[in-house]
Amino acid sequence: MTTVFGIPLGLIQAQAFNGLQQGMLLALISAGLTIIYGALGVLNLAHGALYVVGAYAGYLTYAQTGSFLLAIPAAAAASLLAGFVMERLVVRFYYDRPDEDQILVTFGLGIILVEAVRAIFGGQSQNTPTPDWGQGASSLGFLMFPFPWYKIETIAISAALLLAFYLVLYKTKLGLVVRAGIEDAGMVNLLGINVYRIFLIVFGLGAMAAGLAGIINSPITAPTPDVGGRYLVLSFVVIVIGGVGSFPGAVLGGIVAGEIMTLTSLFNPSYSEVMLFAVMALILLLRPQGFFGQAGRA
Amino acid sequence: MNRALPLAELGLAATLILAPFVLPHVAADIPMLSRILIWGFFGLGFSILFGFTGLLSLGQAVFFGAGGFVTAYLMIEQRWNVLLALLAGTVAAILLGLVIGYFTERRRGIYFAMITLAFGEMFSHLDLTTFAHYTGGENGLPGVPPPALFGWRADSELSMYSFIAVFFFVGYLIARRIVASPVGRILLAIRDNEGRVLATGNAVHLYKLCAFTVAAAYAGLAGGLLGMFQNYMPPDAFTFETSGQLLIQTVIGGASSLLGPLVGGAAWIYLRETLQHGFGLDTSWRLILGIVFVLLVSFLRQGIVGGVVRLFHRPPAPLDVDHDLTAAPNVLSPAARPASFGPPILQTEALGKRFGGLAANEDVNFAVAEFEVRGLIGPNGAGKSTFFRMLAGEMQPTSGRVLFRGKDVTGNGVCAMCQNGVAKSYQINQLFDRLSVRENLLIPTLAATRGRFRLDLLRSITADPAVERGVHDTLALVDLSHKADTPVNQLAYGEKRRLEIGLCLASNPKVLLLDEPLAGMSPSERVSTIQLLTRLREGRTMVIVEHDMEALFGFADRVTVLVEGKILVEGTPDEVRADKGVQTAYLGGVDHDLPAEAAA
Repeated sequence: MTTVFGIPLGLIQAQAFNGLQQGMLLALISAGLTIIYGALGVLNLAHGALYVVGAYAGYLTYAQTGSFLLAIPAAAAASLLAGFVMERLVVRFYYDRPDEDQILVTFGLGIILVEAVRAIFGGQSQNTPTPDWGQGASSLGFLMFPFPWYKIETIAISAALLLAFYLVLYKTKLGLVVRAGIEDAGMVNLLGINVYRIFLIVFGLGAMAAGLAGIINSPITAPTPDVGGRYLVLSFVVIVIGGVGSFPGAVLGGIVAGEIMTLTSLFNPSYSEVMLFAVMALILLLRPQGFFGQAGRA
Repeated sequence: MNRALPLAELGLAATLILAPFVLPHVAADIPMLSRILIWGFFGLGFSILFGFTGLLSLGQAVFFGAGGFVTAYLMIEQRWNVLLALLAGTVAAILLGLVIGYFTERRRGIYFAMITLAFGEMFSHLDLTTFAHYTGGENGLPGVPPPALFGWRADSELSMYSFIAVFFFVGYLIARRIVASPVGRILLAIRDNEGRVLATGNAVHLYKLCAFTVAAAYAGLAGGLLGMFQNYMPPDAFTFETSGQLLIQTVIGGASSLLGPLVGGAAWIYLRETLQHGFGLDTSWRLILGIVFVLLVSFLRQGIVGGVVRLFHRPPAPLDVDHDLTAAPNVLSPAARPASFGPPILQTEALGKRFGGLAANEDVNFAVAEFEVRGLIGPNGAGKSTFFRMLAGEMQPTSGRVLFRGKDVTGNGVCAMCQNGVAKSYQINQLFDRLSVRENLLIPTLAATRGRFRLDLLRSITADPAVERGVHDTLALVDLSHKADTPVNQLAYGEKRRLEIGLCLASNPKVLLLDEPLAGMSPSERVSTIQLLTRLREGRTMVIVEHDMEALFGFADRVTVLVEGKILVEGTPDEVRADKGVQTAYLGGVDHDLPAEAAA
């Protein structure tokens, strides 16, 4: 068998594919975080909690109906709604307050969401079985080891959702206004467009991205109330690598982060996340604005 | 120096002594008090970092865990003396603070928060993997012995409390000294306006690193105390839970007070015990505290301590209007000036700045002589601001050089330029809004007397008479002595403008760069500012960008006209006034005279 650095090529292939799967998932979560920051200037520390909200809403629907295909829209709806409520009740009063206050209040909102989930469902992890259409494995004709079907499908679903976000952000009038708002919210307001309604929509969409990632990932990583914290931190790393506020940066950063973690674990699994943080530190030293960020913002 | 009774210190000492005898009858038992003190100690450093300097770190658990595990390991495995082990843990935290601080201090706001959080997670992983041999991995380190010193052993609840309380008290005294030191003053100013602290000649990044390291030291020692107190060093000391709890307690208690984290910690730990056990709210107590937290952030941002202080401390009565002299000459008569000037003090050689394809400045050869007052004019978009920013060291030129007394200072940065003696006042006031006038002027004065960085953490701000004199003189110079203790956000616009110039003057500059000192002023404010500038010109070199031609032409020795990024004309006000090219360029060929000519 062919080996590289003493590691069988097939294993490298499999891990690279795993990296793509995790990377696409991170890209989806981080895309939500980054568009909220880009448009609203708010770093949403409740983003991980919104992942949890999506995962649990999906889990509940799945458990009640037995249909994973219904679980996905349920997760989307729950996280969208949670995002709307957060924005209307709290976050919108914080647009003009300092970064630190925004971080504190979204941190608090995250605690409320997570603890509400814990109060309802308990603290144990919720087993979410792989749906029928995700059973089995395939080599896709070129992999040396067969790869679980469900993981292949999550790559496709994540990609489709990212594409949908891309189309909304870059090909619709709404997206045009959002991107204009990222450049200069005051100006957009002067043009007679209600920026605050746009902000609400962006916050909801960003929250929905996290919630969708939550349900899609549940059959792979069973959700617990605390699982969101890890994804929050990972998405920070992703958007720092890709450039804070940049949608393409989140996608590329997500894939890079996924690959760093899975390829490192070929050598020593316990270093996979440490390596990721080391890369982030390096990027901060050499290119603080990330791949696609604007210089000066960092 | 204030030699009045140190009420805060005495009050704290009395509370610490009485608490274990009184509170167990009312609410908290002694171990709970010990735990609150440990978190309060952790928070002393955090309030310096977050409350005073404005740096919101989400990764303080790194230092808490590192200090804790180093101390615990040395005490269990190496049988070190408790004080040496605590010292070693603190030193480890300080070293980590320097390394992580180096990576993080250049970032601000959300970047700082994200990066500190990521470092926190990184160490949380390292604790369970690389260092598991020393930290026990998931198991932590059980069996940390209680502190023992010279035959004394903290083997009762009360003796353990006493041991921790002594540390807390000393830690508090030191933190008080730090806050009252020159460094502490500079940290407060960094919270308000980091850029201006740098522009007044203070090495901001070193001071931020200093605040970060102080916070790390407190965290490390607190971690060491935790291990002894519990007889066990838990791995979750490293997790985000720890950093988050510290943050919540600090916000509840009030970040801008050293004792805020202690009060917040008491509230948090007491409520947790009461809600969890007293009311049987097994897990939902966190939900309740989350809601309380959000409400506090929204409506009582200063926390419990801040709220109490506000109850007893009424804001000062509204202030009288700017008491300035209004019956003063409108136009200046220039003092008798020498016909020719000495060698240039500040000059540029072929200075240029390009933004992509756009040249904001091109080939500017400019020289201002010592004690000269130079006006710099030009139509909007002529590149005056860019040129000014390059002179002040705020912006890197893309070509050419800046020379100060013949020495190349290109790209040295605004802090070094200020230390050289070139200070700029800004068109839009860059003040420290939450500080008083005196505290504002302290910042450049400290840079002038202490240099760009000095680690005088324990020195009193009042110890150096030169500082006090400097502030006093500047106050008199800009006519704000009667407002010395007024917070800046209560000043009238004209007073803020004068303070803006005062921030420059206090750094004792050789060259003053004034960017539109008269902009936006009422007629009387304008007059008093012109008088101020007249008082200042003796013995100083000035370069002034100003749109108020009448004032400028009556005031400047020479005038430079910038048009489309280049120097068009340079000469005495009369020469410039007479120049046809200037009139064409400036007025776009419209048949107008420059205003001062009409007045002449």
